[in-house]
Amino acid sequence: MGKISLNDSYEKKFGWNMKVQSVNETEPGLSSRTIRDISGFKKETGRNRWIHDFRMKALKHFLERPMPKWGGKLDGIDFDDLVYYMSGVDKGGDNWDDLPENIRKTFEKLGIPEAERKTLSGVGAQFDSEVVYHKVREDMEKQGVIFVDPDTGLHKHSKIFKHWFGKVVPAFDNKFAALNSAVFSGGSFVYIPKGVQVAMPLQAYFRINAPKFGQFERTLIIADEGSRVHYIEGCTAPVYSKDSLHSAVVEIVALPGSHVRYTTLQNWSKNVYNLVTKRAYAFENSTVEWVDANMGSRLTMKYPSVYLKGAGARADILSVAFAGKDQHQDTGAKAVHLAPNTTSRITAKSVSKDGGRTSYRGLLHIAKRADNVKSSVRCDALLLDPESKTDTYPYNEILNETAVTTHEASVGKIGEEQMFYLMSRGLTETEALNMVVTGFFDAFAKEIPLEYAIEFNRLIQLEMEGSVG
Amino acid sequence: MLEIIDLHVSVEGKEILRGVSLEVKKGEVHALMGPNGSGKSTLSFVLMGHPKYKITQGRITFDGKDVTHASADERARMGLFLGFQYPTEISGVSLFNFLKTAYNSSREEKVSSMEFREIMKDKMELLGVHEDFVKRYLNEGFSGGEKKRGEILQMAVLGPKVMILDETDSGLDVDSLKVVSNGINKVASKENGILLITHYQRILKYIRPNFVHVMIDGRIAKSGGHKLAEELEEKGYDFVRKEIEDG
Repeated sequence: MGKISLNDSYEKKFGWNMKVQSVNETEPGLSSRTIRDISGFKKETGRNRWIHDFRMKALKHFLERPMPKWGGKLDGIDFDDLVYYMSGVDKGGDNWDDLPENIRKTFEKLGIPEAERKTLSGVGAQFDSEVVYHKVREDMEKQGVIFVDPDTGLHKHSKIFKHWFGKVVPAFDNKFAALNSAVFSGGSFVYIPKGVQVAMPLQAYFRINAPKFGQFERTLIIADEGSRVHYIEGCTAPVYSKDSLHSAVVEIVALPGSHVRYTTLQNWSKNVYNLVTKRAYAFENSTVEWVDANMGSRLTMKYPSVYLKGAGARADILSVAFAGKDQHQDTGAKAVHLAPNTTSRITAKSVSKDGGRTSYRGLLHIAKRADNVKSSVRCDALLLDPESKTDTYPYNEILNETAVTTHEASVGKIGEEQMFYLMSRGLTETEALNMVVTGFFDAFAKEIPLEYAIEFNRLIQLEMEGSVG
Repeated sequence: MLEIIDLHVSVEGKEILRGVSLEVKKGEVHALMGPNGSGKSTLSFVLMGHPKYKITQGRITFDGKDVTHASADERARMGLFLGFQYPTEISGVSLFNFLKTAYNSSREEKVSSMEFREIMKDKMELLGVHEDFVKRYLNEGFSGGEKKRGEILQMAVLGPKVMILDETDSGLDVDSLKVVSNGINKVASKENGILLITHYQRILKYIRPNFVHVMIDGRIAKSGGHKLAEELEEKGYDFVRKEIEDG
C-alpha cells in the first residue's frame, strides 16, 4: 500500500494516468464480435472452447435482461461507448522488470512491489484487462498453493477450474454477472490444498488506466478441506470526466473445515460504476468472512453473500461504506442458511457526508431444513450533515422456527456534545470530526492488517478533508 | 490570568448568567459554590466556549487576550481546561489516541506514540490507572469514578494554565475522591490557577481554596475566604439568599 500524506488529493495520489501502448484491444461497444476477439486473445479453443460458448450464452442473457430497477441510478453507463477489453501486455509474467515501463511505474507508485516484499504471500496486479504480474512465494508454491490468473487456471488447472467456475455465481444470476461472464478478463484463480495454512495474505491489486473502460475481472477461490487463506484486494483508477465501469464476479468455495477471509479496500475514482457480485459457498464447519470497505466509486452495488450449505458453517460479513459528494454506496450482505447449526453475523457501518448517500441492503434467508440457526445483523449509519442520506432495506425470509435472530439498526448524527468535548481539549473541528468518524470505523480497522488499517484511516481523513475531486 | 467581566449569558432566550465577574490569577484556587440551577455549570461551559450559549453582554479574557468569541479549541490550545461533570462517551476512540492528538494539537513538535507513552507514565501512576485503562474507548462503559480519573489524567497530561473543574467530586466514593483530589493538588502550582465548581463542601477538605464564591440565580452573591465554605456547610445556601433579600 502506498503512503499518502494528509494534504494529497485523490487526483495526486491515485487519480493520475499513464501513457501505455495497448497490445490488444476491442472496438468500443459490445457485440458477439467483442466476445470472439476476447476469446481469440485468450486462445479459448480446442478443449477450452467451452469457455467461449459460456461467454456467448452470457452475452445473450445480458442483452435480453432488463436493467435492474432497484439500487442506484445506472443511467450514466453508456454501454456502447465503453471499451470492454484493453491490454498493454500480451501475457503477464512473474517479473516486474519484464513489464512495459509505464505499467511497472504505475504499480511502483502505488507501492505494490514494496508491500509484496514485506507482508504478502503472493501478489497479483491487474492493469486494465490483464493480470500483468502474478507471483506466489516459493514456500507456498511448494505446498501446492495455486495463485494465478483465470486464463492460467483454465489452461493449466482445467479440471478443478471447470468443476467450480460459474457454479457459485451462475452466468444468469443477474444482469451484471451475465456481463462479467461474457467479457471477463483477469482476476485470480486460487487453490489452497488440504490442510495448508497460508500465513500471510495473498493480495490482488486492480488498476484501471484507460478512460471509458470496463474492467471485468473474475476471481475463483477454492479452499480445500481444513485449509486457511486470507485474500486482500485493493483498487484505484484515474479521475476522468467520462464514466468507467467495474463489474467483477467473485466466487469462493470453502470446503469442509476451511477458513477463508476476503478483504476489499475499494477506492475507485468517482467516475467509476462499481457493480460486483460476490458469493461464497460454505461447506460443513467452514468459515467465510467478507471484510468489505467501499470508499470510492460513483455508485457501488455490492452485497457479499454466503450460502451456508454445510452443517456448522459460519459466515461473518463486515461491510463499511463512506459516501461523499455525488456518491451512492448501495451495499450490504446476504446470509443464506441452508443447513442446520449454521451461524451468521452481519455488521454494516456507513458514513455519509456532503450529500452522499449510503444504503444498507441485506438478506437473511433461513431454509426450512436449517435447524438451530443463529444470526445477528447490526447496521449503524452516521450522517455528517443534513444534506446526506442513509436508508436500510433488510429482507428476512425465516422458514424455520428454531432460528435465533437479532437485528439492530441505528442512525446517528455527530452530537454537539461530542464535538465540544473533543474540541475542548484542543482538537480543531476537522480533527474532532475525523476522530469520531475514525472511531466509528474502528471495528473495521481492527479486522484488517495494520498496514491496511493505516491506509484506511488515511483514506478516511482524506475524505474528511473534502479534498477529493 | 482568567478574567470574567460582567458576563451575561442566555440559552434559548432565557438569561442564565446575569452579570458575573471573577478573576483567577496564577497560583490561586477559587471554589465556586451554589445550589443546583444557580448557573455554575453554564459558567463552566461558557468559559470553555460551548457554541450553545450566547453571551449577550460582558467579556472573558484569558492570558491577556479577549477570548469572548474564541472557539473551544482555540481556548484549549491557549491553556484553558474544563473537567466535565458528565464526560462524553466516544466509541472507537481510545483515551490514549485521543489524548495524544490533544497533546500534539498545541505543540509545534509532535510526539510519537512511544514518546507519549513515556509522558503518560507518571500521570497514570498519579491517578492510579493502568495501560488497559487508557486503551479503552473514551469514557465508554467507564464508572463514575473512572470518568473523573480520566478527566484529571487528561488535565495532568495537557498541563493547562487555568483549570475549570465542574463538579469533579460528584459521583465519587471516598477513595476515588482522595485519588482525584490528590491528582488535582499535584497538578496545581504557582504557575496555574484553578476554578473548582462544586455543590458540596466535601472536596474542599482535600483541596484548600484561597477564595470561595457563592453563586445564586446567575450572580455571584457572596465571596470570601476558606471560612465561607465552612459557614455554608453549617447554614446551607439559604443564609446567603437571606442576606441578598435583606439587602
